[in-house]
Amino acid sequence: MALSKVWVHAEATENGVAPITLEMLAKAREIADVVEVFVGGDGAAVAATVGAHGATKVHATGDLSGKLQGVHVAGALAAAIEGGEAPDLIMLGTTQDGRDIGARLSVKLDKPVLTNNTEIEVGDGIVVSTQIFGGTQIVKTKFAAGSPAIALFRPKSFVAEESGGGAAEVAALAVPDAGAAGAAKLVNRHIEETSGPKLDEAAVVVAGGRGLTEAAKFEMIEELAKLLKGAPGASRAIVDAGWVPYSYQVGQTGKVVKPTVYIAAGISGATQHMVGMKGSKNIIAINKDPEAPIFGIADLGIVGDVHKVLPQLIEALKAR
Amino acid sequence: MNIVVCVKQIPDPADPGALDADHTLKRDGKLILDESDSYGVEMALQLVDKAGSGEVTLVSMAPNDEVSGLRTALAMGAAKAVLVSDDALKGAGALDTAKVLAAAIKKVEGADLILAATESSDGYTGTVPEQIAAVLDLPSITFAKSVEIADGTVKVQRQTEAGYDECESPLPAVVSVTAGVVEPRYPSFKGIMAAKSKPVETVKVADLGIDGAIVGWSGAGQEIIDVAAAPAREAGEVFEDDGTAAEKIVGFLDGLKVL
Repeated sequence: MALSKVWVHAEATENGVAPITLEMLAKAREIADVVEVFVGGDGAAVAATVGAHGATKVHATGDLSGKLQGVHVAGALAAAIEGGEAPDLIMLGTTQDGRDIGARLSVKLDKPVLTNNTEIEVGDGIVVSTQIFGGTQIVKTKFAAGSPAIALFRPKSFVAEESGGGAAEVAALAVPDAGAAGAAKLVNRHIEETSGPKLDEAAVVVAGGRGLTEAAKFEMIEELAKLLKGAPGASRAIVDAGWVPYSYQVGQTGKVVKPTVYIAAGISGATQHMVGMKGSKNIIAINKDPEAPIFGIADLGIVGDVHKVLPQLIEALKAR
Repeated sequence: MNIVVCVKQIPDPADPGALDADHTLKRDGKLILDESDSYGVEMALQLVDKAGSGEVTLVSMAPNDEVSGLRTALAMGAAKAVLVSDDALKGAGALDTAKVLAAAIKKVEGADLILAATESSDGYTGTVPEQIAAVLDLPSITFAKSVEIADGTVKVQRQTEAGYDECESPLPAVVSVTAGVVEPRYPSFKGIMAAKSKPVETVKVADLGIDGAIVGWSGAGQEIIDVAAAPAREAGEVFEDDGTAAEKIVGFLDGLKVL
């Protein structure tokens, strides 16, 4: 049994449509006859890309001119649904805006929103899978509150694939007045400059944690990442400590990465970190504590001092 | 400046988690203040301090009248707490939780700002603060990495994938804060002693005007149909560094042809 219609949240970024959107579109095509997207912004800007990934229509609010996504996009969706356009399923990414829209919509429709999903099956109802306890167990949950089901997915749960479709048709999605609840505003955007491959796209990720002992030692991680043409990453502990920006964070609250090689240096492997990197094809761990949980999933484990091993590794790579 | 902070009392994340037979998280051991919430409590204390008047009230939902986590936050400096504890809430999802917390927040008079963590460390749905705002029909800003208040407006740096957004909202509003937004204080001995006698009002869902028959399992709108072990990842070789670690790593990378 396939669903008749699925709506996927299209997230627009400075670099075009976000990868999570294209990943969800690939899955949506598998489980539904009609796949459409909605966007809190300009529909024409995303129509070609989402069309090439199988969406036939873009429901677009147009420029929100400083209004926040959550309350306004959810309000627009709820109004469209009341107007008889209800899909069977609404898919969003487990991202900042995805969570805000999904949460507001769940209250508007008085239906649950299920988050952090990594898989979806359609058979006798809609069933989503979520990893718990650091990804060691998988919970399957069935929606039991009628259409539409609202589900949020972790990035990299599915593989994006073009469908060969033409540009999607753009349709206006009216945004009702949100009253007092809509009073929060976006005043200004700040983009942090990054160089080298992106963390969630790099073939090699070199990540550092508390074991580096001080912020200045993160330079070793940056240098090693550069030598391997990879991206530097970090555990939540050192992001919270302010050593590196949040955009470096790998884990449950940060990015999900699945590189060819993941090097964890001075990272013990808290469950919250492992959720974000255990899908890596090869894992190398360096930690001085032989009991560190990271060794339980590492293909190559080095029980040693990162302050000795990393400089030696950097020298060895430079010598090649 | 009166601030309500939503806090969760959770099983110690350092202990291995387990599920009860009904697939809910086992919570019958000692519960502690979720570390993610200590940031909201600290942020609230600092904002009230800066304003020069007002107080911080905690709102929580937990089984078995559990207060140990609340006492930690009271010891940090919060003035009082409202705890919703009711068997009818067993199996409550994020939406029910938001409805219950929103009703409890309404009991607190004159709240200018409602703070919460972006997500709990155990359930991590990351939707409850925004759902609370929706139930209360208030504006909200999520994922705050910096919070300031001036002239009835809250100014927030909202974390994004690429950097941050400067956002602002009139009060009252709901703001969710990220870990690391401030450095949480450790409760002092004096604080711990004072916390023992601070008021904690324990209420049932009926006291909040909520029908117990439509929350918890009956109101969740979802059904857990299976819990199974994830395919395990095999551990590979582990070496004690004898000075050849770099060589071993280079050899491994060579084998993968990534060099």
